[in-house]
Amino acid sequence: MSRRQIILVAALVLAAGAIPFLVSDYRTFQFTLTLVYAIALLGLNLLTGYNGQISLGHGAFYAIGAYTAAILMDQYGMPYWATLPFAALVCLVAGFLFGLPALRLEGLYLALATFALGVSLPALLKYHHLEKWTGGVQGIVINKPDPPFGLPINPDQWLYLFTLAVAVLMFVLAWNLLRGRIGRAMIAIRDQHIAAEAMGINTAMVKSLAFGVSAMYTGVAGALGAIAIQYVAPDSFNIFVSIVFLVGIVIGGLASISGAIYGALFIQFVPNIADEISRAAPWAIFGVFLLVFVYLMPMGVAGAVRMALARLARKAQNRSQST
Amino acid sequence: MDAFLHQVLAGLATGGIYASLALALVMIYQATHLVNFAQGEMAMFATYFAWSLINAGMPYWPAFLLTVVFAFVLGVVIERVIIRPVENSPVLVIVVVFIALLVILNSVTGWVFSYTIKTFPSPFPAEPIFGQYITSHGGGAIGVTLVVLLLLYAFFRFTPLGLAMRAAAQNPESARLVGIRVGWMLALGWGLAAAIGSVAGMMVAPIVFLDPNMMGGVLLYAFAAALVGGIDNPGGAVFGGFLVGVLENVLGAFVIGNELKLAVALVLIIGVLVVKPSGIFGKVMVTRV
Amino acid sequence: MAAILEVSNLHAAYGPTRVLHGIEFAMEDGTITTLLGANGAGKTTTLRALCGMVKTQGEVKFAGERIDGKATEDIVRKGIAHVPDGRGTFVNLTTEENLRLGAYTRRGRDAVESDLERVYGYFPRLQERREQQAGTLSGGEQQMLAVSRALMLRPKLMLLDEPSFGLAPLIVRELFEILRTVNAKEKVSMLVVEQNAAMALDLADHAYLIETGRVVLSGTADQIKSNDAVQRSYLGY
Repeated sequence: MSRRQIILVAALVLAAGAIPFLVSDYRTFQFTLTLVYAIALLGLNLLTGYNGQISLGHGAFYAIGAYTAAILMDQYGMPYWATLPFAALVCLVAGFLFGLPALRLEGLYLALATFALGVSLPALLKYHHLEKWTGGVQGIVINKPDPPFGLPINPDQWLYLFTLAVAVLMFVLAWNLLRGRIGRAMIAIRDQHIAAEAMGINTAMVKSLAFGVSAMYTGVAGALGAIAIQYVAPDSFNIFVSIVFLVGIVIGGLASISGAIYGALFIQFVPNIADEISRAAPWAIFGVFLLVFVYLMPMGVAGAVRMALARLARKAQNRSQST
Repeated sequence: MDAFLHQVLAGLATGGIYASLALALVMIYQATHLVNFAQGEMAMFATYFAWSLINAGMPYWPAFLLTVVFAFVLGVVIERVIIRPVENSPVLVIVVVFIALLVILNSVTGWVFSYTIKTFPSPFPAEPIFGQYITSHGGGAIGVTLVVLLLLYAFFRFTPLGLAMRAAAQNPESARLVGIRVGWMLALGWGLAAAIGSVAGMMVAPIVFLDPNMMGGVLLYAFAAALVGGIDNPGGAVFGGFLVGVLENVLGAFVIGNELKLAVALVLIIGVLVVKPSGIFGKVMVTRV
Repeated sequence: MAAILEVSNLHAAYGPTRVLHGIEFAMEDGTITTLLGANGAGKTTTLRALCGMVKTQGEVKFAGERIDGKATEDIVRKGIAHVPDGRGTFVNLTTEENLRLGAYTRRGRDAVESDLERVYGYFPRLQERREQQAGTLSGGEQQMLAVSRALMLRPKLMLLDEPSFGLAPLIVRELFEILRTVNAKEKVSMLVVEQNAAMALDLADHAYLIETGRVVLSGTADQIKSNDAVQRSYLGY
């Protein structure tokens, strides 16, 4: 990253930090969810965008993260912030384990297996032998955390700032991972599976690891989402959660870190606007946008932004040369 | 024992429905090596069409036939307009298009018909006509499934068009060299798949009630059925459908409880994919590097 | 005699790799013409180009009508049957189903049935194997099947890509004998691509020699056979 980019990112983070003090509590809550989605999308993008493994069931890991946080708070009285590492760990392991058999599955078949996971998860969450922890169909209600140290802000503002801090941390970690050896191996496997193996990359290990890390991101997002919404229930984690994530990474931009943010803004705020037309409208719009982006803008918003910036830079350069 | 027999027969009845939808999946897979994630929603959409006709006063069987035709046309149009442009794209793109299709059909149905659950009539009488162990709708659904299978078999086995479709699916280049319009064969395959799916939709709707999400579970069982039988094998898919139906019912009733029925599908799907991806009757899949 | 096929300035490419650089040739109705040349000269590509299976530029006239740029299936429907290299067998269908597919574009049931008998007459071995899966046939039988499938179209012109490839000499002789008969009796024109130049020149009336995507020599089969350069490079004298 160049110095200019660092300054730009720092300015963006500061601006993001100012949001809760400029908008209503409800809007703040929406922006908190946007950050949550951004983390989840980043997770899915690590797997699908960067490693080429299609998951149509990431809602399952989101749910596992959410339930981990909710159960730890509800049953064991754990503070909300302490549940995040547990959610991360549980999902890392769950993702890694799911990734092991998934190793044998290419493209379409992995999509099928993960789709099956996503569709059947709500039923598993309702299983009555687990009811003691999961609350069955009723789900679990959790309390909104108060700001610590007597900070003079309200809980919504605090939760936003807390989520922002976690998001920044997760994004920095992902950025680091991707530009390192493992990141390059992930991309190599996506582009040239056989060649990557021939080059001595342990593809099995890298792919399972990518699955685990991806699930971990999504799980942390799930935990944060549960804390923000203060409620988990089986039917809020149906297959459409997984599909929303897919919409997010396609619209935001596959294999792009910033794409996760664009995608999160899209899936958070477009339904908000569309909901006023009809309950079905957000989904109709999602579907149509998916088609439009696949046909016309396969690089997503992030790709379009990148192209626009490049064009601007070229123009600026031309101007400076001509004068 | 009675209870067991009852569950097996009930399983066969739903199994027939899974078999139909699995067959639809296999048809598209054979021609394009793709699994249509929107197959269930296409069936659901067609079933709403049938519901509208019946609600408008049309008798059941004419509405049934008209719906099959409607589904066929819908399938052809979807292939020509939405699938054709991405035919040769990477898997991810195609999966995204399927998901888009799923979402659009689901939401448009919800928009037009609302998300409230509706009852859907069965063409078969309420009193049991096939003996005490099976409802008449269950028995009738098995019958309808068998008729559909027989018709399909005859079509592919004995008509030149059926032969041409098989040829186009197997070896598109050679098919072109004997003058077959391969593109249209694919569209026709989509049409047939959608038509079969609509039958599955109309048979399952009286059981699960009509709502835009009614096919989610059915699609999963159909995936499991197609995979168990071998995803490139129509006969295998049918067998798989009945097997999955019986397994689901028997395991649900006596072993794991009804809540975990859907897990049967999940375990079967992942199990087959991991242990024996070619299924019981399928050929081994070979990917080109 | 009228020209059945006129090819002028034909170019073709696979992606960025250009293979044909302005091929020119013509063949008269009812004759057998052969395209000779080394591996990679562009013989197979020429046949594929005639059938619209690769992107081309230039002009191809079949019986006086432009067919370049048309879809493969439309070209086939005009009466050009292509026996591709690798034979293009529908391996999971039976022998007879393969043959019936050859007649897919034709109407008239009885004519198709009598044509089945006709090709079984040429290749009795196929009749013995009519219910057998075509993939289980031997290489020679599959080549016979490919030729028969092409004949089922009742073509005016047959394009044969390396019909002798991978076959035992005895079978090759038998096959070429039948091709000669078909040409004489049914007046089917044939364009044969061969690496076995000696056999091809025995069969053909005319020959064109292709090198790196261009026609470098043409003449009657006898003229080509007696050409020094051809003898040295292709006939192994």
